[in-house]
Amino acid sequence: MSAEDNELEQATEGFVTVVAGGQLFGLRLERVRDVFVPRGLSPVPLAPPEVAGVLNLRGRIVTAIDLRRRLGLPPRADGRAPVAVGIEERGELYGLIVDQVGAVLRLKRSSYEANPVNLDQRWGQVCAGVHRLDAGLMVVLDVDKVLDLSQFGVAA
Amino acid sequence: MDELLGEFLSETGEGLGQLDVELVRFEQEPNNAEMLNTIFRLVHTVKGTCGFLGLNRLAKLAHAAETLMGQYRDGAPVTVEGVSVILASIDRIKQILAGLERDGAEPPGSDADLIGRLQTLALGEADVAPPAVYERFGQTPGAAESQGRGLPPVQAALEEIERAWRAEPEPEAEPASRPVTNGAGAPDGNGKETQARAQTVRVSVDTLEHLMTTVSELVLTRNQLLDLVRRTGESEFKTPLQRLSSVTAELQEGIMKARMQPIANAWQKLPRLVRELSLDLDKKIELDMTGGQTELDRQVLEMIKDPLTHMVRNSADHGLESPAARVAAGKPETGRIKLSAYQQGGYFVIEVADDGRGLDVQKIRAKAIENSLATPAELDRLSDLDTNKFIFRAGFSTASAISEVSGRGVGMDVVRNNIELIGGTVELKSTSPAGTTFIIKIPLTLAIMAALIVEASGHRFAIPQYSVVELVRTGKASGHQIELINESAVLRLRDKLLPLLDLAQLLHLEGASTALERVANNILTVVVIQIGARLFGVLVDSVFRTEEIVVKPMSSLLRDVSMFSGNTILGDGSVIMIIDPNALGSVVGSVEGQAGEAANGVTVSATVANEGKTALLLFRAGSPALKGVPLSLITRLEEIDLGAIERCNDEDVVQYRGALMPLVSIDGERAKRDKGVQPALVFTEGGRPVGLAIDEIVDIVEERLEIELHSEAPGTIGAAIIKGRAVEVVDVSHYLGRGLGQRLGAKPEEASREVKLLLVDDSQFFRNMLAPLFAASGYAVTLAASAEEALALKEKGASFELIVSDLDMPGMDGITLAERIKADPDWGKIPLIALSSHSSPLLVEKSRAAGFVSYVGKFDRQKLMTTLHECCRRWGVAA
Repeated sequence: MSAEDNELEQATEGFVTVVAGGQLFGLRLERVRDVFVPRGLSPVPLAPPEVAGVLNLRGRIVTAIDLRRRLGLPPRADGRAPVAVGIEERGELYGLIVDQVGAVLRLKRSSYEANPVNLDQRWGQVCAGVHRLDAGLMVVLDVDKVLDLSQFGVAA
Repeated sequence: MDELLGEFLSETGEGLGQLDVELVRFEQEPNNAEMLNTIFRLVHTVKGTCGFLGLNRLAKLAHAAETLMGQYRDGAPVTVEGVSVILASIDRIKQILAGLERDGAEPPGSDADLIGRLQTLALGEADVAPPAVYERFGQTPGAAESQGRGLPPVQAALEEIERAWRAEPEPEAEPASRPVTNGAGAPDGNGKETQARAQTVRVSVDTLEHLMTTVSELVLTRNQLLDLVRRTGESEFKTPLQRLSSVTAELQEGIMKARMQPIANAWQKLPRLVRELSLDLDKKIELDMTGGQTELDRQVLEMIKDPLTHMVRNSADHGLESPAARVAAGKPETGRIKLSAYQQGGYFVIEVADDGRGLDVQKIRAKAIENSLATPAELDRLSDLDTNKFIFRAGFSTASAISEVSGRGVGMDVVRNNIELIGGTVELKSTSPAGTTFIIKIPLTLAIMAALIVEASGHRFAIPQYSVVELVRTGKASGHQIELINESAVLRLRDKLLPLLDLAQLLHLEGASTALERVANNILTVVVIQIGARLFGVLVDSVFRTEEIVVKPMSSLLRDVSMFSGNTILGDGSVIMIIDPNALGSVVGSVEGQAGEAANGVTVSATVANEGKTALLLFRAGSPALKGVPLSLITRLEEIDLGAIERCNDEDVVQYRGALMPLVSIDGERAKRDKGVQPALVFTEGGRPVGLAIDEIVDIVEERLEIELHSEAPGTIGAAIIKGRAVEVVDVSHYLGRGLGQRLGAKPEEASREVKLLLVDDSQFFRNMLAPLFAASGYAVTLAASAEEALALKEKGASFELIVSDLDMPGMDGITLAERIKADPDWGKIPLIALSSHSSPLLVEKSRAAGFVSYVGKFDRQKLMTTLHECCRRWGVAA
């Protein structure tokens, strides 16, 4: 990842924090377009299970991906409305459905570590390291990998 | 040339990038035929284009790679060396392309090393120098050997094709004194274009695209507003909204028009192509293009270019004969390829016609069998036109030679795929020794289209209007009842059986109950869809309305979901999927294929599965004409040892299961056979078997039987068309009677007079089949083709002693008829017998409640006769 090397020079890096299945994740700030409440989600028949459906966001069609399903976590049971993080990728809009969206954090490079070797393979594919925070660990999500469902198709 | 070259480079670059990925995946899944086809086509395209541009080095290399891949496609085992050599070849092709891009010419050098290895592999020998690393992939000598053994047939077939090609009359090496200059006719739109040019402004495609997107959004917003107003009812917005609506429509139309380009733009390269082809093939070809100014959406135009080029190439290569052959056939020396474009409805139509030799049905047949696309029996049932349609199937080529121009079986199926991708169809219109015409139909635009909004299992979908032929409401009240054959739903529609796809089931929708339950409990709608010549129905819960939808491409994550061609936002803001009718069509196609296979295994025990279709046994006896008899009437098929046939009382008899069975033949005299066995159909009447001697059993088919011609000749009901062939439908009762010496179906006791019987049945076949049976048993039969007709007889004062009525009839059904009859003071006492092809307890119950005294399955002749008999006795009819 040459992008990361470049960022070494900068003092801090911005992350949008989200929670899914009790785990804190961080998405690179520059990859997040907006945060919205997914409404009017239409399921897509025959689609990969990670795809929660499609929805209309201000006239554009957004493909929603359920982060819990993507990570093999059990479905939400607390009854609270989920939140989606909007991501734009090659002209297409995606929404990553998470349990909660938290604050934007600016983190120093010094708290960063690569993926622990014992990380679940499914997670290992989409996670790009960990930041040690005072309150716990924040797993950095690699948005491109999260959106690349084909990996699972081949592995399965 | 530069423009062509540039285009070639960018196209090939894309293609090759894709190829790398595909090849590597292919190595992992060597049995994935779909993938193999994709790769093969890519290489084929590269080869074809190189040949056309005169890039010899590239063409040679691609040709060698293609040969090897062709073998893989024909089933040769895929080896590790094979794939790596192909990969190496592709790397080389890339190098050459890079040089080409830099210098505008192929870099010097030789590819003999790679070509040699490719050829060695293609010949079935293990690679001469397999890199050591591949050895652990288990390339054992055994595998290499089996590969070698697998090859000779392929090799032999190729040689045979080669020979066949050589055997064909070649042009008498006519000196190329007259290079074909007449081929390069310019598109006829040119003159007009120069006049129009003064009035035009060049706009970049991006600007246009942006405008189109904006208008699309506008259309969406308008739809949303319309939806709002529709829901709130009367509102002051209504009038201005109507104006907005019409202005939007106008704007949309205007932008669409701006996106339109004359088809001549796609034709530009064709004259050049034809010229080169005529030189390469040593044929004289004239290209005639009309309607070049006909316009269509530029997006569509881009996508039609390649298929069109391919078709012209095909016409020149396969369609047109050599000058000598043409003269011999009494045609002008110069062959003509004619392209004509015009608009028709919402479609853009292009006809590609040539005056060549036409398609060779026999060759196509042979090829279809060879490639296991169909069995000879299946092909027998197809008309010539249907047989010819095999050229659109993957892995099919009519060319009996492999040339650089075309013809390794990547022809028409690619064309069809590409055209179907844009919602179009390609059909063979006609073919004869005087020429062949293909018709391509494509929608004028892809961006905005009219679609039908339907619902299945709580989900809404859009079905493009262009594919929809009609809507049929089904359900008890509507007269259209969905029927099931082994859980496959079908619908009888105007005397045709329409295969139905259950959308909810097809898309694995949550909460979708089985078709069976839904058919039983609900009123469903069938959307009748036509794709090419394929007609089928899609079962949905309801249909809302037609809406102009803006087609948005599927997210790249969802492109693999082949059932959808895109999605759209509805007026109420929700996103729905647009169903791809072609994908549905291919589902039906595969289902049909399965049904065909299953039919081959039909045994005699099979009874008629559905009222619409009758299982018929086709046989020959006496004359070469095909004869047919409903399978359900036959008890057994026997082969009788000729020695066992004895002569008794001037009758042939055989000992059969401990009794004597008379053996009758169609024309009275059994064809004399000296030895072997005599095939016979055994019918049973009143517990007594009668054998009908026949010459051979041809087939068992399940078809809707409609007697087209009636026959007065004894022993024949009439003629019907079964699978495109005329079949004489045999009147079994005639032969039974003969065999049993008129003891058939003992007549009602003391039959001093005939019992008057009314038979009500909408099916002509059953009327024809049952009437003689009844008559033979001593009933005076009157026929009515519908409940209404029966009631009309009642009004006229006719009187009957027995009424036998079908339950399922269009219009008034048997139940209602019975209720009406029972309410009549005169007719009320006549015993009614119900006939039906389904026997559900519910229906039996209903028929009893309506006044039927008995309920008999339509094909249970035995029971029908006894029931009639019993009725006569019990009700004292015949007394």
